[in-house]
Amino acid sequence: MSGGHGHHELYVERATVVHRLPPHCKLVAVLAFVVAVISTPRSEVWPYLVYAAALAAVAAVSRLPATLILRRMVVEVPFVVFALLLPVVARGPRVEVFGFSLSESGLQAAGILLAKGTLGVVASIVLAATTRPRDVLLGLQLLRMPQALVQIMTFMFRYLEVVLAETGRMRVARESRGFRARHLGHLPVLAHSAGALFIRCYERGERVHLAMLSRGYTGRLPVLREVSAHSGQWAVAAILPAVAVLATASAWVLA
Amino acid sequence: MTVAPSLLVEGLAFAYPDGHQALFGVDLTVAQGDRVAVLGPNGAGKTTLVLHLNGILTGGRGTVQVAGLPVVKANLQEIRRRVGIVFQDPDDQLFMPSVREDVAFGPANLGIRGPELDERVAEALAQVGMAEYADRPPHHLSYGQRRRVAVATVLAMRPEILVLDEPSSNLDPASRRELADILLSLPITVLMVTHDLPYALQLCPRSVILDGGVIVADGSTYDLLCDETTMAAHRLELPFGFNPRSVAAPAG
Repeated sequence: MSGGHGHHELYVERATVVHRLPPHCKLVAVLAFVVAVISTPRSEVWPYLVYAAALAAVAAVSRLPATLILRRMVVEVPFVVFALLLPVVARGPRVEVFGFSLSESGLQAAGILLAKGTLGVVASIVLAATTRPRDVLLGLQLLRMPQALVQIMTFMFRYLEVVLAETGRMRVARESRGFRARHLGHLPVLAHSAGALFIRCYERGERVHLAMLSRGYTGRLPVLREVSAHSGQWAVAAILPAVAVLATASAWVLA
Repeated sequence: MTVAPSLLVEGLAFAYPDGHQALFGVDLTVAQGDRVAVLGPNGAGKTTLVLHLNGILTGGRGTVQVAGLPVVKANLQEIRRRVGIVFQDPDDQLFMPSVREDVAFGPANLGIRGPELDERVAEALAQVGMAEYADRPPHHLSYGQRRRVAVATVLAMRPEILVLDEPSSNLDPASRRELADILLSLPITVLMVTHDLPYALQLCPRSVILDGGVIVADGSTYDLLCDETTMAAHRLELPFGFNPRSVAAPAG
């Protein structure tokens, strides 16, 4: 029952400049890039082309296939649905598109929202594909993210598969006794399963805490690897956000 | 000069906050280098006893000493170095993102860093034959491999005594035998809590039976397993077809 390894691997093994950059440099770069993108003035469209081109260049340097990035963009779908609602529900002057009456400001807002969202998602996809999860955690720790949050994320990463396996076993146990969720009336059964899963996770948390105390845990996860970045690496990492900041700044000046 | 026993438990009694009393005065001495099995039915207080050995549970009557050092709050950090507990479910024990980081967790909490830490990790993983798995995430290992890494995580702290809670549970016969080979190769005091009587006979020359919160029998594992009256009185049963008399007495 412990099959299904590697289904949740986001990391794509390559030997590129981007893969080799220290994790905290990449985290800062992605954050700065996203901040630059969301600060774009409303009236301008061309900066988005610059951002997209810059991001595409990073993806190309990282040797990530476009299909992989497109496939992973599925996570954006709920967000897209929300963005598509905007032109329908927003007020103000309407325009006719294929016979539908849509709000002009809503349309514009949806377009901007989609562009910004997509750029953020793709930047995260590239980060996740070029940085191992534990390096991301290390980077966050180096960037002085609060210990409690780093530890929560560390355990989330470690126990994701354990919890998924447990969920799978519970589903198999339900279905082995003839249960299949077919309509809303079956919701209570699923709710009970969710409750049982919660209690199991809670109890596991207690046992893990015992195991940690038994090995001298005092409230901090020890930093086991010293990773430092030299100025050259920071400079390389700065290229993407620098392009974005430049585009945003020029858009503001030109607007 | 006499060497202090690895473990000295005297008059240990403990009741949980809900009033349930689990231990009623346990006395147990484990000499350095001994391998002792703690046998007993479910609910006998075995886990409660284990959690007293490194001071997770305290506050009842009686004392615990590890190599002469009393288990009291002021000594907890050193006590937890000296007592290496391997819990039953390796997924509880292996909580770090990679095997290497997990094995390093204990010694790093003791303040060990740099090359010395690397050396400890490498040594502990080599002792359980898992050296080449250092960079794997624990969830990519088989159950038997995870159990072995769990043993390494406490060996890396160079403990005085290794305490194993049901070490053979959920292992297939090959993993079970591999773990036995590893445990037999370790020059260390071992206290093993188990239901697996053949495993106790194979690994531990001496056994104690814990029932109703007290030690009710203490002797050679072979003699205990052959004593049908005592065994039956404490709900201990040999697996079908297993006759301890047909097995050579364990070395040690």
